[in-house]
Amino acid sequence: MAFHDDLRRVRAIAWKDLTTERRSKAGFNSVVALGVTILVLFGFALGPDAQALRDAAAGALWLAVLFAGVLAFNRSYQVELESGALDQLLQYPGPRWVIYVGKLIANSLFVGLMLVIVVAVGIALFQVRIPSAWPALIAVFALGAVGLVVLGTFYAAMASRSRAREVLLPLLLFPMLVPVLLAAISASKALLGGDLMHEAGAWVKLLAAYDLIFMVATLWAFEYVIEV
Amino acid sequence: MTTVAPTLEAPRAGRWTAFGVVSIALLVATQAFAFVSSPPDENMGQLEKILYVHVPAAWVMFVCFAIVLVYSLLFLWKGREEDDLVAAAAAEAGAVFNGLTLILGMIWGKPAWGVWWVWDARLTSTLVLFLVFVGYLALRAFVEDPQRRGQWSAAVGILGALNVPIVWMSVTWWRTLHQMPSSMQSMAKIYWLGMFANFGAMLLVMAYFIRRRYEAAAVARAAEHAAQAAALGGLD
Repeated sequence: MAFHDDLRRVRAIAWKDLTTERRSKAGFNSVVALGVTILVLFGFALGPDAQALRDAAAGALWLAVLFAGVLAFNRSYQVELESGALDQLLQYPGPRWVIYVGKLIANSLFVGLMLVIVVAVGIALFQVRIPSAWPALIAVFALGAVGLVVLGTFYAAMASRSRAREVLLPLLLFPMLVPVLLAAISASKALLGGDLMHEAGAWVKLLAAYDLIFMVATLWAFEYVIEV
Repeated sequence: MTTVAPTLEAPRAGRWTAFGVVSIALLVATQAFAFVSSPPDENMGQLEKILYVHVPAAWVMFVCFAIVLVYSLLFLWKGREEDDLVAAAAAEAGAVFNGLTLILGMIWGKPAWGVWWVWDARLTSTLVLFLVFVGYLALRAFVEDPQRRGQWSAAVGILGALNVPIVWMSVTWWRTLHQMPSSMQSMAKIYWLGMFANFGAMLLVMAYFIRRRYEAAAVARAAEHAAQAAALGGLD
């Protein structure tokens, strides 16, 4: 039953994080607002020509999600640090990875919801035509978000507890996310254009492999990161 | 936390100074050899000479990052402080060779391609690798506690190394799906000889760099240990 207990712990941690977020809402609202603001700024940088906006939409959307999402990850540990909650969390029985997986689930929902809103706004602002292959597009967004959240949650466990956390997290995270960004942007762009070259499939495979590799690697490494 | 304080002694430079002088002299010699032995390239002319620094630097950079990976794993496995310091020293040397690779590549690219930078798979993934290890070094600079710094940077180093082939693949696809990648022409034997000789010499310089940075880090750590011990009243 040990594994069953671990799952209960995971659920408890995810629920705790989501409850904190739901009760304050300030974090979520400001992160979404920032995502939308970044989209507007990209609009100024790239527009107002409708075709130019449409061509750049995939890249702008993903960068807005990335920049806004990065704020969510540090928050997830910051609330733990303010009253020494993390030390208590570490003293509860059970393996360390349950903390990571719990936070992963909470952050996935947080970033996922933010992504839905930002993408919806982006589709309107950038005059995107929704392609017939929209289910594939949703899969690309989901896989990309998982990659972002897996590494974001992992690196924030370090960055949030260091000096200069604001700069350290993006500095560590963004270069690591280059494959996710390239794959997600390229696949989104291909799908929005009708995927004439049939290239989206390869990118989706790369995204799935990336997610899997780093989920395993971070699960293994988290223990070394959180206990010191 | 394990107490590794007594085992870590500040190493003495000793013969390493001689080693450094010899390896740098050797590098000068292999550079001279490559300059003299290689005829000007058909298309590039004398421009090909830069490859004897650029290509070996790129190879040495990979050696450095392999050392980071191995010693990071060792540190997490055994917890020996020395391994952490070797990984850090190798990351510093690797970042230097990585930067050298990029800058020399750009200097070569300007006359050869007419631009300082192209978003070619090789260039782009080298740049991403550089950024990953800049992050690694920044993390080390921002974390005070040695045990924490060691474990965190080991994790970052391992994940960074894991990412190298994935970055390479994604950047290659990104390029090839849109545009043909630039390909290196096959080289004559005489060029390879100069290349490998310089690679060997540069490896020695790398070993010297890593050793020196390791010594500096070990001295700093030994001083920290001594200060800690003195503060606890344990030092005679």
